[in-house]
Amino acid sequence: MDNLLSIVTFTPMIAAAILALFLRGDDAAAQRNAKWLALGATTFTFIVSLFVLSGFDASNTDFQLVEERDWVLGLRYKLGVDGISVLFVMLTTFLMPLVIASCWDVTTRVKDYMVALLVLESLMIGVFCALDLILFYLFFEAGLIPMFLIIGIWGGANRIYASFKFFLYTLLGSVLMLVAMIAMYLDAGTTDIPTLLAHQFSYAPLNVLGLEVVGGAQTLLWLAFFASFAVKMPMWPVHTWLPDAHVQAPTAGSVVLAAILLKMGGYGFLRFSLPMFPVGSEVMGSLVLWLSAIAIVYTSLVAMMQEDMKKLIAYSSVAHMGFVTMGIFAANQQGIDGAIFQMISHGFVSGALFLCVGVIYDRMHTREIAAYGGLVNRMPAYALVFMLFTLANVGLPGTSGFVGEFLTLMGVFQVNTWVALVATTGVIFSACYALWLYRRVVFGDLIKESLRSITDMTGRERAIFAPLVVATILLGVYPSLITDIIGPSVANLVETYDIATADLVLDRAVADAGH
Amino acid sequence: MSADLTIILPEIVLAVYALGALLAAVYTGKDALTRLLIWLTAAVFIVVAFWIGVSSEIGTGFSAMIVKDGFSRFAQVTILLSAAVVLIMGQDHMARFGLEKFEYPLLITLAVIGMMVMVSAGNLLTLYMGLELQSLSMYVVASLRRDNVKSTEAGLKYFVLGALSSGLLLYGISLTYGYAGSTEFSAVILAASGSVPLGLLFGLVFMLAGLAFKVSAAPFHMWTPDVYEGAPTPVTAFMATAPKVAAICMFARVTHDAFGNVVSDWQQIIALLSLLSMFVGSIAAIGQRDIKRLMAYSSIAHMGYALMGLAAGTAGGVEAMLLYMAIYVVMNIGTFAFILSMTRDGLETTDITSLNQLSKARPGAALALLLLMFSLAGIPPTLGFFAKFAVLQAAVDAGLVWLAVLGMIASVIGAFYYLRIVYYMYFGESGTPLDNEVPVFQMVALAASGVLMLALFPNLLGLEPAAANAAAALVR
Repeated sequence: MDNLLSIVTFTPMIAAAILALFLRGDDAAAQRNAKWLALGATTFTFIVSLFVLSGFDASNTDFQLVEERDWVLGLRYKLGVDGISVLFVMLTTFLMPLVIASCWDVTTRVKDYMVALLVLESLMIGVFCALDLILFYLFFEAGLIPMFLIIGIWGGANRIYASFKFFLYTLLGSVLMLVAMIAMYLDAGTTDIPTLLAHQFSYAPLNVLGLEVVGGAQTLLWLAFFASFAVKMPMWPVHTWLPDAHVQAPTAGSVVLAAILLKMGGYGFLRFSLPMFPVGSEVMGSLVLWLSAIAIVYTSLVAMMQEDMKKLIAYSSVAHMGFVTMGIFAANQQGIDGAIFQMISHGFVSGALFLCVGVIYDRMHTREIAAYGGLVNRMPAYALVFMLFTLANVGLPGTSGFVGEFLTLMGVFQVNTWVALVATTGVIFSACYALWLYRRVVFGDLIKESLRSITDMTGRERAIFAPLVVATILLGVYPSLITDIIGPSVANLVETYDIATADLVLDRAVADAGH
Repeated sequence: MSADLTIILPEIVLAVYALGALLAAVYTGKDALTRLLIWLTAAVFIVVAFWIGVSSEIGTGFSAMIVKDGFSRFAQVTILLSAAVVLIMGQDHMARFGLEKFEYPLLITLAVIGMMVMVSAGNLLTLYMGLELQSLSMYVVASLRRDNVKSTEAGLKYFVLGALSSGLLLYGISLTYGYAGSTEFSAVILAASGSVPLGLLFGLVFMLAGLAFKVSAAPFHMWTPDVYEGAPTPVTAFMATAPKVAAICMFARVTHDAFGNVVSDWQQIIALLSLLSMFVGSIAAIGQRDIKRLMAYSSIAHMGYALMGLAAGTAGGVEAMLLYMAIYVVMNIGTFAFILSMTRDGLETTDITSLNQLSKARPGAALALLLLMFSLAGIPPTLGFFAKFAVLQAAVDAGLVWLAVLGMIASVIGAFYYLRIVYYMYFGESGTPLDNEVPVFQMVALAASGVLMLALFPNLLGLEPAAANAAAALVR
């Protein structure tokens, strides 16, 4: 089929349109129909996306399953996947049915909720498939609208502040990227991503307002893209929107945000910053490495002191994303492999952790750590699942969390030993906050009166966690599942990057020798 | 018939219609005819718009006082169609609030004739004539609700400041005439090439100031919020659409037809007007509680973006500006269709807090308005994003990267107040709901423009090539 990717991308959107237009009423039956339709649509999308994966040839580093049409304003509608993007598409389609199933108990404006989640899924898949610069931007930004509504309508007490902060913060980051995209369009004469990947942007030094910019246009374009992706990622110090958004968002919103939306930043770095502006990346790379190291240590320490479970996991997400940016800008095979692996793994693990919080929040309606304790006495199955994901979050060997952290640290070690040293302490801190959280919530005696009647996970909840448990352990013991798919594309990326930056590296070596 | 008359036949038809309708209304029972006249006027507008659209008449008349080209055709069709839609969707409102005066459709017709002359002017005098015909009609329509203090205040304010701006414009025209020796664009452009005489430059600056008043670009925007708030809502809807298109097209005519050889002389002025408008419009709107005032500031900001396209000084810039204006008009028609329907217990209300929980009472309307708000804010995948994308592209292409970057930052500030409307509709606390009975044409206009915001057809349904042709006709 020539338009397989379009089918995967727009199936949820079509289901959303059917829901919005044809489903009437707000009674229990209508709510149930909305949920089943959404679950059916996301499951169908996942099944179709399996054909994408099976039709994908990992040894081929070109874009595959490409489709292309004319569109507005001289732009083109073009979709395709390569080794870097295909797994993100799979991650999205895999998680969305679980997300839908996790909000089975929602009763307020169910139809609207399902519509928002389905539209969001389409837009997220579109981000990873888009092969036109402006089409990418369109999907990237449009995702803000449903997420804004999800936080604002179904969120917690302080949801208004959080939704506005989320929207405006990320929008501000992105508009600079738009200007940069237009500058790229005018320079290269096309918005076609494969052509742009082959295009060489100028890196002759520029003089901007009296400042000499090393790497010239590439560095400026890199900075504009960095403004957007760093906010999305989020990197320290522009991460402050994330804890607010996570705490106020409903469970499904948090899962989508942590598991998929954050990955757009990392994907953007891999798709645009590194291959299109290699000189800019090389110039700014060590800055990113240090920012990442600071993020890992700082946010881990902040996470330790949180009293809200969701906030703690949100800060731990920022720390884990620090490993990702570090791996990406180490710009070698291990670093980038590790970064992609870490993103996929974090998708499962953080998604599962937010679901874990959701399970007890649904029962007790509080996320305060102090309100819990001794859950293992009444909820043994929950304690087991929560423990698995806590340990995966820490990076225990045998879980997927270990592979990503290890590979990125190994990649960085070859580039900058000091950064690797600082970042490794983050692994210890993550064990501190995660295990401490687990101890306070699950272990101890069940002394709180309100917890005496708490019930263990229902069949539905177990069914949601089962695929995540399998994925986490499977990737932990057999990581080649992922590295085989991403390997050739990453190798290709690293090779072109090294060629493009050879001059700069040589210049630096000469300058060092001169001193 | 002489060639001169053939050139302005559409305008003549409209003028004859206006006078005939005036006679008929005066002779019969006056206001009883209003409803019929509104429909008839709208129908005439639509017919004339199609006539202009399909005719390929190109040429000049009255010794090049009137220029009919692709540019004027695009502008005239946009003006006529938007005026027709605004008339139709406003008529229920006029009837309900006792404003069924037969002068309303007739004055609108006269204003439209003025605008059609403005956009096809080939001479500073024709331009001024068209502008005054439009302005005088609008002063009267703005104070249509004679017994209301705010409406009369709006009319007076509009008149005084409008007269001032006309004075500035005339002063600029007289200086231009003095130094160029002619008021014809084709003569001015010869005088204004190479190094421009200082007097001519003065003339240009004064003319730009006068024109900036008409498009309500900052810092000449002060009249806009008061007039928008005071005028009856259908009139506000009209003022936000057709006259804006006419004024900015006239802006383009003057800058390109008369001063097209000295782009760098006016580029910096327009860039500054654009920058100030974007920021003033975006920041000042944050404090507004009245949706009509809010839309006034929103239109100031949008004029800033349209001027950004113009500031590029290229054919691509004019094309982007025309696209922007066409999309802007659709967004405003939709939004004002909703504002017209905002009544509570039969009384008009314009307080934005009355939108609380609209998504529960009227989910369809809330969804359409949501799309329009995101489109006004320029968030993809709505058309508003593509409008902004087009002008940004033109600006970056012309080397105005600083303007593009600052404009985008202003758009983020502006996004806040559009989001706040969404916030009231979807997250707001419950309050007294708005009336649920909405006249059918307001509903249709709202729904249609909401849907259009997502209509990303190839070539935007022919809008794109039309704008490109128009720009090519203007910038040679």
